[in-house]
Amino acid sequence: MPINLDAYLGVHADALKIRGQRTEVLARNLANADTPGYQARDIDFRAALAAAGGVNDAQTPVAINATNARHIATAEGGETSSPHLKYRVPLAPALDGNTVDVQMEQAAFAENSVRFQATLSFLSARFRGLLTAITGQ
Amino acid sequence: MPSFKVFDIAGSGLSAQSVRLNTVASNLANADSVSGDPKSVYKARHPVFEAVKASLAAQPQDGNAAVRVRGIMESDAAPTARYEPGNPLANPEGYVYAPNVNVVEEMVDMISASRAYQNNVEVMNTSKELMLATLKLGS
Repeated sequence: MPINLDAYLGVHADALKIRGQRTEVLARNLANADTPGYQARDIDFRAALAAAGGVNDAQTPVAINATNARHIATAEGGETSSPHLKYRVPLAPALDGNTVDVQMEQAAFAENSVRFQATLSFLSARFRGLLTAITGQ
Repeated sequence: MPSFKVFDIAGSGLSAQSVRLNTVASNLANADSVSGDPKSVYKARHPVFEAVKASLAAQPQDGNAAVRVRGIMESDAAPTARYEPGNPLANPEGYVYAPNVNVVEEMVDMISASRAYQNNVEVMNTSKELMLATLKLGS
């Protein structure tokens, strides 16, 4: 009986990818903490995950299939950044137009990395389960 | 998995902040370099940061990415004149001109730069740990 690995891993594979993208966006914010005019951004995780197919049940494949020649091609690896990459609403924007709140970004970064590790553990558990089934021990 | 771009971004932050630390060091070191000519006296230097636009082809939607130093700006505040007729550098009227370096401001700038540097180091460390954990996935 063939096993659909995408369905088996469920939402976690997509979640891991989006967490990785969010790490990058937050790193950008922190690197530009003193850049005049830089506007802090963040990924709307819920929307990004929903767009990646995470809200659907495990039976539906999570990858986007282009079944028609007129379908808009998705980027390699299914970049989910564009509509979900939003601008932060600044609490106290600086006079130079910079909207990075370093403390908030640090907190978001820490939260994101903890959640990344949680997703990793979920995935790891799935793989261990598979391995147990394969080896039968 | 986090892409390796995190390291580029955090690295650009590190280099920008170290340029800032360098200018602070230069300003503090020259805080008392007086001159007899107000035009030739040392002027406080400050870097101007700029967000690097990611190349349009590679990253259509991502907008700004890393940070870079756009240039070093010299402060145009007037140097302070001091009456020191005994100073060998004094002009015929007996004045020397001290640089327009505000030492307190420079110290604050130094603390801010070092905190920002530490932030970027932390980002790098955390990303490294996450990537190593991803490598060990399933074991």
